[in-house]
Amino acid sequence: MIQIRDLHKYFGKLHVLKGIDLDVDKGEVLSVIGASGSGKSTLLYCINGLEPIQQGAVEVDGTDVHAKSTDINKLRQKLGMVFQQWNSFPHLTALENVALAPKLVKGKTKAEAREIAAKQLAHVGLGEKVDVYPSALSGGQQQRLAIARALAMEPEYMLFDEATSALDPELVGEVLETMRMLAEEGMTMICVTHEMGFARDVSDRVAYFHQGVMEEIGPPAQIFGDAQSEHTQKFLANVR
Amino acid sequence: MEPTVSFFSGFTPNDLLFLGEAALRTLWISVLSISIGTVLGVAFGWILFEGKWAAALTIAPVLDIFRSVPLIIQLVLFYNFAPIIGLNFGPFASGVVILTVYTAALVANVARGGIEAVDTPMRRAARSLGMSYWQDLRHVVLPIGGRAVFPAWVGVALGVMKDSALVSVLGYVELLKASQILMTRTQEPFLILSIAGAFYFALSYPISRYAAFLEKRWIQ
Repeated sequence: MIQIRDLHKYFGKLHVLKGIDLDVDKGEVLSVIGASGSGKSTLLYCINGLEPIQQGAVEVDGTDVHAKSTDINKLRQKLGMVFQQWNSFPHLTALENVALAPKLVKGKTKAEAREIAAKQLAHVGLGEKVDVYPSALSGGQQQRLAIARALAMEPEYMLFDEATSALDPELVGEVLETMRMLAEEGMTMICVTHEMGFARDVSDRVAYFHQGVMEEIGPPAQIFGDAQSEHTQKFLANVR
Repeated sequence: MEPTVSFFSGFTPNDLLFLGEAALRTLWISVLSISIGTVLGVAFGWILFEGKWAAALTIAPVLDIFRSVPLIIQLVLFYNFAPIIGLNFGPFASGVVILTVYTAALVANVARGGIEAVDTPMRRAARSLGMSYWQDLRHVVLPIGGRAVFPAWVGVALGVMKDSALVSVLGYVELLKASQILMTRTQEPFLILSIAGAFYFALSYPISRYAAFLEKRWIQ
C-alpha cells in the first residue's frame, strides 16, 4: 500500500504540490488527470524518491521513501516506472535492455537475467524483437520495451508518467493495450495520463489535480459523470 | 694524396632500425601517457560535472593552465625546475608526467561532455530500476556518453602522440630526436624526415581506422 500524507514539494520557490493526502491499495488502478503543470508527474517522482520532498511523508508498504535510513535502491525494486520518454538504453539490444537491471540489482546470473528478459519481452508482445537494437524499434515498441524492463524487476507497483504522450497517435493504442493487460493481471498502478478513455475504462479511481492540489478523487463514474469541483468540470469539458 | 676526412656518412639500413626503435619509444611514451592521462581525465571530468562551482573554483583553473601553456614550455620548466623540490626525473619520466597531465587536462573536458551527453531522463530511468548511482554511471553513462565523445577522445590521443615529439627537447631519443641525430650525420634531411613522417603515419593511421570501424559498428 502506498500512503501519502500532507506532501509538499517545491522547485525553488515554486510550490508544486500543496499538501497531498492519498492512499493507493494493493491491486488498485488509479489514474491521475489534470492540466500540464498541475503537479501530477511530480507526484510520481516523489513516490519513488527521484525527487526529494520538503514536507510530509510517502510510505510504501510502511517504509518511509524519503527517510535517510531507507535503502532507496532496494525500495525502487518494488516500484516500476515508465516515463513519457521511453529512455531505452541505445547501446543494448532489447533483451539486454531488460536483462541489465535484474543482473546488476538483483544479482541474477547472466542466464537467469536473459530468461527473465525473454519472458517479459514476450509478455509485452516483443518476443520477436529480442536481438534488435532500440533504434530499429518504433516509439510504441520502445515504450513496451520500457514496460518490460520495469516488469523484469518484478515490481509490486507500476508508475506510469504520461506513457503515451510522446507517441504518434497510431502508436498509442498498443501501449494502452499493454497497460490494460497489466491492470487485468492485478498490478497496482498509478497512471498519470491524458487518455480519458483509459482513465474511465480501466481505473478503479480517478484523481483530478489542479495547481498542486488534489481537487477531487473518486470512481470514474463519479469524476466523469458527476464531478463536484468546478475546475474538474471545466477541465473535462475542455478535453472532450 | 691523402683521403679527405669526412664527418658525414650516408644513410644505411642500420639507421632504419635505429629509427624503428625510436618509433617504438614514441609509441611507448604515448601509450603510457594517454592511458594514465585518460583515466585521470575521466576522473577529473566527473569532478567537473558533479562538483559544480566547487570544481569550477579549484580544479578547473589548474586544468586550464595545462591546456593553455604550450607543451614545450611545460616540459622544459618541469624538467629543469622539478629537481628544486626534490623530483629528480630523467627525460623519459619527465615526459611521461607532463604528457599525462596534459592528456588528463584535455580528456577532462571531453569526459565532462560525455557525461552531459546522457540526459537526466535516461539516468532517472536507470535509477528507477533500482540501480545505484555508481551502477548507473558504469553501465549507462559510461557506454552511452563514452560513445558520444569517442571521436573527440581519439583526436586527443592522436594529438598527444604527435606532441610527444616535443619530449625530444629534453634529450629523450624518440622518433624526432633520432631523426635529428641522423640528419646531423647524413645531411639528408629530406629522406630522414620523410621516413620519420612515415613512421608517425604508420602509428596514427591504424588507430584512426580502428576508431572509424568502431563508430560505424556502434551506429548499427
